[in-house]
Amino acid sequence: MVGEPTQRTLSEKIWDAHVVRAASGEPDLLYIDLHLLHEVTSPQAFDGLRLAGRRVRRPDLTLATEDHNTPTDNLVTIADPVSRTQVETLRRNCAEFGVRLHSLGDANQGIVHVIGPQLGLTQPGMTIVCGDSHTSTHGAFGALAFGIGTSEVEHVLATQTLPQHRPKTMAVTVEGELRPGVTAKDLVLALIAKVGTGGGRGHIVEYRGPAIRKLSMEGRMTISNMSIEWGARAGLIAPDDTTFAYLEGRRYAPSGKAWEAALDYWRSLPTDEGATFDTEVVLDASTVSPFVTWGTNPGQGASLDDVVPDPSSFADEAQRAAAERALQYMALQPGTPMRDIPIDVVFLGSCTNGRLEDLRAAAEVLNGRRVADGVRMLVVPGSAAVREAAEAEGLDEVFIKAGAEWRYAGCSMCLGMNPDTLRPGQRSASTSNRNFEGRQGRGGRTHLVSPPVAAATAVAGRLAAPADLAR
Amino acid sequence: MEKFTEHTGTAVPLRRSNVDTDQIIPAVYLKRVTRTGFADGLFSAWREDPAFVLNDPRYAGASILVAGPEFGTGSSREHAVWALRDWGFRAVLAPRFGDIFRGNALKEGLLPVELELSAIEQLWDLATADPAAPVTVDLVHRQVRASGATWAFPLDDFSRWRLMEGLDDIGLTLRHEDAVAAYEARRLPFLPVVG
Repeated sequence: MVGEPTQRTLSEKIWDAHVVRAASGEPDLLYIDLHLLHEVTSPQAFDGLRLAGRRVRRPDLTLATEDHNTPTDNLVTIADPVSRTQVETLRRNCAEFGVRLHSLGDANQGIVHVIGPQLGLTQPGMTIVCGDSHTSTHGAFGALAFGIGTSEVEHVLATQTLPQHRPKTMAVTVEGELRPGVTAKDLVLALIAKVGTGGGRGHIVEYRGPAIRKLSMEGRMTISNMSIEWGARAGLIAPDDTTFAYLEGRRYAPSGKAWEAALDYWRSLPTDEGATFDTEVVLDASTVSPFVTWGTNPGQGASLDDVVPDPSSFADEAQRAAAERALQYMALQPGTPMRDIPIDVVFLGSCTNGRLEDLRAAAEVLNGRRVADGVRMLVVPGSAAVREAAEAEGLDEVFIKAGAEWRYAGCSMCLGMNPDTLRPGQRSASTSNRNFEGRQGRGGRTHLVSPPVAAATAVAGRLAAPADLAR
Repeated sequence: MEKFTEHTGTAVPLRRSNVDTDQIIPAVYLKRVTRTGFADGLFSAWREDPAFVLNDPRYAGASILVAGPEFGTGSSREHAVWALRDWGFRAVLAPRFGDIFRGNALKEGLLPVELELSAIEQLWDLATADPAAPVTVDLVHRQVRASGATWAFPLDDFSRWRLMEGLDDIGLTLRHEDAVAAYEARRLPFLPVVG
């Protein structure tokens, strides 16, 4: 058979629409519709431009924010001089090359993957890149979005394109319905435990099926965000009325006649009936329960109802060795019920679970309750706008009354790069995306959880679901 | 980018799987604005353990890292590649790599070599028994050779050519600037512009 297949998947349609140049034996040259920048992975790229005497080709398709190094206890002072230099370098680079920057203190500052959607910049059918692996988040809108390295950041700044080999396609179909109290975070953690950290390698994934369709945009972003945690290049969800309702009226969303034209285009994007994927995975949402990790990669997770596994129960030798190392690092004994694991710090926030819906879910659990003695809880909105919206509905008061710390926006305790870190030996329940050794601070031990589990854990002082709490 | 055709050096056996980029270089080392000077951050948490393989003086000067499955997963930080290069590594051999790490390595002249786990295990045993044993990574023939054995590895022709010529992508892409401009002229009118 010769010729293009007539039935195409969502990601194939977006890919095809962005090919600037295709040549046999070479990667396709893809046009990039939106390039997001932050302070950590961009300074060397700007240096490269300067050395070569190049400019930013499309500053109007480029947006920068400060998030990784920024403090969350104030909007003015970056105490660490090295962090400060990195942020000041971004400010200088953006001024020199004409790139719009949302600085600390700006009403639109926040985590790069929270502000793109919130501003309406993230739209269906677009190609979006950022020097950050969680760029996959934007796939929730039916955009082809993926993380890149600094050399590629420089390439996009200079050319607004990227040479890319076409990945394979994968469908993750989630049948059934999530049970009450079970969230998108539990679903994606259960998926990663099933397929492993390398399960999506070399693939662009499309999440589909009735359980995905029922998710809010916030829930969809949580799922797409963690695509990289199981190795997928990108993770898309077809745009639908939920997507359009989220976008309408946002600052950069089209309006008037352009909105109608955009809607027509967006409605043409979903995968055609009969299109095929290279790989298919099926999951039943109704079997998923609140899920937590016990190890040091996001695939090492189990139901909250379960116990810490015995490494000898793994058939694969590499997995067994990894589990042994992980339990040693995490200071956990096989057979310990998950609910018996005591927690020192609870972190609610990040590009995975730092949006308004996540804060609401946690506040609902904390309302009228107290964070357990000896437990520290940080609540860090994903953006300044999320913080403002949360305060407008009084969520800040719920958190403060419960004894939690109400912070300014940023990456915070997700990655151990700013003042919010775990001390060696401290154990956290964290709504972020990575439980790697030392991720939240050297020697820190991380359990990944959903926002409701984070809140219930803060109250109980050990891993818990809201249903475990006495009223 | 430094060209890569063939490299012979000694190997370090890193008998671990899921070596994520946070382990290769923790975030606290990413605050610098330079492209070099990251060697001190390489595996910095693990190097606190005197028994960690990179602390073994017999592996000083090694230039080939041999690791387990899922090497370089997680964060997109290219600093992981810079740290490995700054330490002196020219190639990493593993059964599987994280996609972003692999792409970054190819851009920086650090060759990511995919070998079957059985080959990796043989190389682990070889480098453990004889830390001075030479290992050759031959990009021209897409082969790894050590102790009389030969293993083929996959790499697409385009990436191989770029590495062998030491070309950087921006220069290659700018040859097609006309195609980029032509594409820009036909972009959909309702796409957002940052203003």
